[in-house]
Amino acid sequence: MSRLLFGILAMTIVTVFTRAIPFIVFSKRDPPKLLIFLEAYLPPVLMTILVLSTFKSFKIDEAYSQIPALAGIIISGALHFWRRNVLLSIAGGTVLFMLLSRLL
Amino acid sequence: MSRKDQLFKGLIKKAFFASIPVMLAYVSIGITFGLVVTASGLPWWFAPLTALTVYAGASQFMGAGMLASGAGIPELAFLTFIMNARHMFYGISVLDKYSEAKKSKAYLVFSLTDETFGLVTSMQVPEGQNPVHFYTVLSALNQLWWFSGCFLGAILGKAMPFNTEGLDFAMVALFTVLLVEQIKQVKRPEPYLSAVAASVLAWLLVKPENFMLVATIVSCILLLVFKSFFKKTYADREKQE
Repeated sequence: MSRLLFGILAMTIVTVFTRAIPFIVFSKRDPPKLLIFLEAYLPPVLMTILVLSTFKSFKIDEAYSQIPALAGIIISGALHFWRRNVLLSIAGGTVLFMLLSRLL
Repeated sequence: MSRKDQLFKGLIKKAFFASIPVMLAYVSIGITFGLVVTASGLPWWFAPLTALTVYAGASQFMGAGMLASGAGIPELAFLTFIMNARHMFYGISVLDKYSEAKKSKAYLVFSLTDETFGLVTSMQVPEGQNPVHFYTVLSALNQLWWFSGCFLGAILGKAMPFNTEGLDFAMVALFTVLLVEQIKQVKRPEPYLSAVAASVLAWLLVKPENFMLVATIVSCILLLVFKSFFKKTYADREKQE
């Protein structure tokens, strides 16, 4: 119980910190060039890693166990390229994943 | 009704309509989060409480998973930082828009999620409305949608625990959607190649629990190492065009 509350407190403080720091640091001066460079590239990098982290426990001799996740990601991505409807893309991939992980 | 009341009513109405796309996403993903929380064995109040305090979807999913599986608080704090480091770049982009805010500034900064950032930077403020008031009401409505979804999902999951195994894949699907949005915006191969190379390296070299962190750091190093090289190739290509 208290471990959960401490966890929530830690996450709250860290999240507020990441949102507040630009307002604290750059209220008077301009951000440095290196930061502007990372600003442009960090979001696509992080999203790629977040998607790939699904397979972080992947073992080659159990490759088949990753089929549902791989199929779910491909369908969600394809649906989003096609219709760009957030709900449809998320629901499509998730339903396929749930079906395949029960069937296979 | 006084003119001030009318203006306020108009403000709420305009902000409500602007928040509808976020409402759809937040309520459905919030319900999923509430269901995942109860299915993972955490108490139901974890979902609505984190919606009020942490208010960062991806981090809440990650936090629920880590706390349910017994991870330590320092590790949780560090990964929350890595996950939310992107918020620092949002702040930089709205420094100007939020500079006029006084009383509501703290809340505007606290509630700057990916989706709120997207709306604030892409929406036109309705005519006759004070931009800061509009952003504040919009931000509060978005958090209300997120809280409602998380609360509803948690209650639902507690009332009738159904087989939600695999439902947490919604988070992976959400990241896939956000990745597609990035691909549509950032049409350069470097960030994706760096991330894939770094992920393969992290998968080969470190334990799964350190994957995110190592992959992120290696990606940043790769980006910075090849920064000058990338710049050169693009300068050449632009010259040719």
